[in-house]
Amino acid sequence: MTDGTPLCPECDADVDMPLDAMENELISCAECGIELEIMSLDPIELELAPEVEEDWGE
Amino acid sequence: MRVALLVTHIRAEEKLILAAFNKRDISPDIILDRELNFDISQGSEQLAPSGSAWSAYDLIFERCVSTSRGMVALAVLNSWGVRSFNSFETAAICADKVRTSIALTQSGIPQPHTRVAFTPDSAMQAIEDVKYPAVLKPVTGSWGRLLARVHNRDSAEAILEHRQTLGDYNHHIYYVQEYVDKPGRDIRAFVVGDRTIAAIYRASNHWITNTARGGQATNCPVTEQLDEICVKAAEAVGGGILAIDLLEDAQGNFVVNEINHTMEFRNSSEPTGVDIAQETIDYVIEQIEVIA
Repeated sequence: MTDGTPLCPECDADVDMPLDAMENELISCAECGIELEIMSLDPIELELAPEVEEDWGE
Repeated sequence: MRVALLVTHIRAEEKLILAAFNKRDISPDIILDRELNFDISQGSEQLAPSGSAWSAYDLIFERCVSTSRGMVALAVLNSWGVRSFNSFETAAICADKVRTSIALTQSGIPQPHTRVAFTPDSAMQAIEDVKYPAVLKPVTGSWGRLLARVHNRDSAEAILEHRQTLGDYNHHIYYVQEYVDKPGRDIRAFVVGDRTIAAIYRASNHWITNTARGGQATNCPVTEQLDEICVKAAEAVGGGILAIDLLEDAQGNFVVNEINHTMEFRNSSEPTGVDIAQETIDYVIEQIEVIA
C-alpha cells in the first residue's frame, strides 16, 4: 500500500478506490482486471471476489 | 419506513438503488446473504444480521446475485409475513424457465416453441420436434451461460452427451426451444408494477445478445403493443419489478423469451433517459405506503 492506496491481492498493483466506495462492493483491478471485493473501508481491505457460481445471475 | 437491502455483494445497481432510497430519506440496512442463519420455526421476531428483528422491516428488497440464496431467503421471510420485492412466488417462477414457460402459456402470451425432456434420447426427439436450429438452455441460469444453439444431429448428440456428464441433476432437465431468427438484436423491457417504464435493444453480431456478453444497448421505444405484452407477461409471473426479454420474429411480432426478477440495469438508464432505479424505488415506496 502506497500513501493509503490499497494493493491488488492478485498482482500487487495499486488499486484506485471509487470515491463513494462501500463495504462489500465489487471493483476491478485496472492492472490485471481481476474482480475484488472491498471487505473493509477503515482500514481498507480487499479480497479476491468470489468465483461466479452456477446460479448467479439476474 | 424501514427497508433492508438483501444482497450477495454491492454492484452498480445496488449503489443506484441505495441512492434512490436516500433521495426519499430512507437509508436501507444492507444485509449480506452470506450472513443469513434463519431459525425457520421461530418467526420474524428473531434478529436479522443487522441486529433488528425481521419484523421491524416494512420491506426486504431482494437483490441477491445468488439466485438460490435469494429464493430461499424470500421463501422463509414471506412465510413469516415479511414483505419483499419481489415476492417469493414471482421469484420462484422467474428463476425456473419451465415454470416461466408454463405461466406464459396459461396467460396466452406468445413465446418460442418450447419442449422439456429428461433423457438424452427424449431430448434428441425434443430438439428434432422444434427443428434445427434449436436452442438448449439450463432451466436455471443467467447471463447467457451454457446456452447452446444446435444446428444438426451431430452437434445435438455432442451437447447432450456433455450435459449428461455434468453432475448437477438440473443439467438433465433438457429445456429446448425453437431458435427465433431475430434481427441481430433482442429487447429488454423494464416493468415496474403495471407500467413498462423503459426498454432497450440489445444488439450483437453474436446470437447471444446479453449485455453481460457484450450486447450493445440502445433505446427501444415503448409502444402500446410492447407495453401491453410486457405488462401481461409480468402479471403472468405474479407481477413486481421485472425485466422482460423479448424477441422479434420474422413477421416483427414479439415473443417473450425470459423474465428476470433481480434485473441488472446499469447499462439501460443512459440510453433510455429513464432513471430506472428511482422509478423502481418510488413504486416500491408507494406500494408500502398503500399497505401501511
